[in-house]
Amino acid sequence: MPSLFNVFDISGSAMSAQSLRMNTVASNLANADSATSANGQPYKSKQVVFNSTSFGSPFSSGVAVQKVVEDNSAPRMVHNPESPLADENGFVTMPNVNLTQEMVNMISTSRAYQTNVETMNAAKAMLQKTLTLGQN
Amino acid sequence: MNTLDANFNFHQTALNLRAQRQELLASNLANADTPNYKARDFDFSAKLKDAVGKLASPSGLLGAAATVAGGAASLAGGAATLAALPATLAAGGPIAAAKSLLTTAAAHIGLGKDQGETTLSDAEVKYRDTPQGSVDGNTVDADVERNQFADNALRYEASLTILRNDIKDMMSVMQG
Repeated sequence: MPSLFNVFDISGSAMSAQSLRMNTVASNLANADSATSANGQPYKSKQVVFNSTSFGSPFSSGVAVQKVVEDNSAPRMVHNPESPLADENGFVTMPNVNLTQEMVNMISTSRAYQTNVETMNAAKAMLQKTLTLGQN
Repeated sequence: MNTLDANFNFHQTALNLRAQRQELLASNLANADTPNYKARDFDFSAKLKDAVGKLASPSGLLGAAATVAGGAASLAGGAATLAALPATLAAGGPIAAAKSLLTTAAAHIGLGKDQGETTLSDAEVKYRDTPQGSVDGNTVDADVERNQFADNALRYEASLTILRNDIKDMMSVMQG
């Protein structure tokens, strides 16, 4: 059933997906220097995978986070022989977090979230105006 | 009754389509970061013409509606054909619940055929042509979508305002 109310569902799903993306960005940035973690390995960068899911009418779709994947690219090797985590050559395996990429991700997420808030507000204004139809 | 419906049906159809388009554009914006998502939209004016064409009852009540006729013009047209009212009294709109209206006697007024059919078919909802898509297969151009979104919202409100004035006209006609 097509309805303006579906815009809330659509934008809402995108907002929660984007906030999950923002969470992973925060996690990646916070752990950019975590040389070890619970499993003894250096932290691995995490990325979300978005997937569109059907919402409301057959042609519109919202967003869902399909999965959160770990980035398996090569870790950053830092020469620091004093560290207890250093290997025989004096290199410490550091997380593979790409700071530039994460910053770009953060800005993109923030903008996308804002857009969806605007979308929702516009739909809300339209519905409110519709509610007053026929009055005075 | 029939005249009122005929008068308001055009805007009802237009608002319905605007709302559907708004939903579609919202979904495009929501999926601006989804890999392989293809932006979709439909030709509003073509669909409106089509829907209004279907709307026009046999008596041609809505002939003037396509040109967004003012309330008075449609009213006159409606009054002229009121005497020869068939059983297909123009009913409200595509209100799903009302479709099951029972007519158990000859004098009962049925809903007639589905007026103001505004559902979209798959063929009508086209994929947007983008000169430059992203590497991930996404074709959403957020600027284009935002632009269309604002435009559509404004036109929705315009339709609403015209409809409100139509209602006001009708009220003053009835109340004198």
